[in-house]
Amino acid sequence: MRDFSYLRATSVDAARQAAALPGAMLLAGGTTLIDLAKCGVAEPDTLVDITHLKGLDRIEIDERGAIIGALARMGHVADHDDIKSRFPAISEALWQAASAQIRNMATIGGNLMQRTRCPYFRDPSNFSACNKRVSGSGCSAIGGVTRGHAVLGTSDACIAMYPGDLATVLVAFDATVRLGDRHIRVDDFFLLPGTTPDREHAIEPGEMITAIEIPSSAAAHRSTYLKVRDRQSYEFAAASAAVGLELESDGRTIRDLRVALGGVATKPWRARAVEAALKGKVLEPEAVRAASLLAVEGAVDHGANHYKIELAPRVVARAILKMGETA
Amino acid sequence: MTSKTTIPVHLDINGQRHTLELEPRVTLLDALRDRLGLTGTKKGCDHGQCGACTVHVDGERVLACLTLAAQAAGRTITTIEGLAREGELHPVQAAFLEQDAFQCGYCTPGQIMSAVACIREGHAGSDEEIREYMAGNLCRCGAYPHIVAAVRQAALEAAS
Repeated sequence: MRDFSYLRATSVDAARQAAALPGAMLLAGGTTLIDLAKCGVAEPDTLVDITHLKGLDRIEIDERGAIIGALARMGHVADHDDIKSRFPAISEALWQAASAQIRNMATIGGNLMQRTRCPYFRDPSNFSACNKRVSGSGCSAIGGVTRGHAVLGTSDACIAMYPGDLATVLVAFDATVRLGDRHIRVDDFFLLPGTTPDREHAIEPGEMITAIEIPSSAAAHRSTYLKVRDRQSYEFAAASAAVGLELESDGRTIRDLRVALGGVATKPWRARAVEAALKGKVLEPEAVRAASLLAVEGAVDHGANHYKIELAPRVVARAILKMGETA
Repeated sequence: MTSKTTIPVHLDINGQRHTLELEPRVTLLDALRDRLGLTGTKKGCDHGQCGACTVHVDGERVLACLTLAAQAAGRTITTIEGLAREGELHPVQAAFLEQDAFQCGYCTPGQIMSAVACIREGHAGSDEEIREYMAGNLCRCGAYPHIVAAVRQAALEAAS
């Protein structure tokens, strides 16, 4: 790991100013950044440590929704009683992510800034071509080993999968990222790779995530996060689904449905076509399975990741049907 | 790779205060092992994937390999060396011995530090829960059934 200067921020404004300088980066839990610095992917000149700032780890919940401070740690949010009862999918996505140790370190703001696990991205000494690391250098993944790569939202420049769980839930429930006074929808915060895969987030130099905000809804209250993976725990998703469901008073007609996919796309992937196909319909297995196929509309595989196109709709259907069984 | 500069870092480890001159890039793991001789905390993958370097910071289990020493200054750090009290093994250490919860022993300090926290968090209520919440500690020897038994035993003892 290349050496860097260490600066401990004393206020949000000081952190933002220090991190706006060229070569400077914010350091929160460090679970991505220190790892990538060891891989030679991140080469900061200065790290601005924000973990000692006070007051940014609060979790506030009222009838309008939840506001989670950027420095709240994943494990604490996962175990928070009101999050568990009113936003169960958030708790489920968090406790199924990473390990207990990493969840004690990793912050909610840092989680949104988590980078891809694409092995070519993570290995600059063996693979010099990576458009995410160096714009215009090419993509080593295309034509390489692609089992873990995205099938949705890809471009000719990049097929790296977005690996996070939490943000998949956040896009399903119209959450907002607070960058100080600027608020932006989580769905807009994550960028498609297009021709600029090196730009992943709609955040500017001098900006810092201060909180996320999740509005209350009946669908968020009746929600789940289903994560399917190669091993049972401590693994990224092969495919996952965040689902929220609200039924009419008849107990069988779908009033509101939220669906988002993880583990299959280049960003957290809202599946609006599935939602639209099922809203107003009676919840029954055949209709749910048929509609869930719309989740992978436009999917493009690169060989070894073809299985995700079959797997993702099944995960979506299972999650919706599971929610239908709860009353 | 020349160092930019070193900085003074005050670390509170197992009730003792240490002052080190460190490059900012030095991890808590390397500071413990290479500078302070506290080699009970193990370096496995050094990338946050194996759990061998698990220590407690302010009472919570974290990975020393992904924590900068400078970042841990001002926090209370406990390592495996700080677990026993006055020559008495910590109940989790005793349970690992009783259940023979290891083979080569390399992952064991991390397993034990993780287990102490797992029980304290209230995440050791069933074998299934123990397996889930101990998943961040890999054991290449595959001693998992005995590790689960040791955590279960220590959790029951703590509850009684």
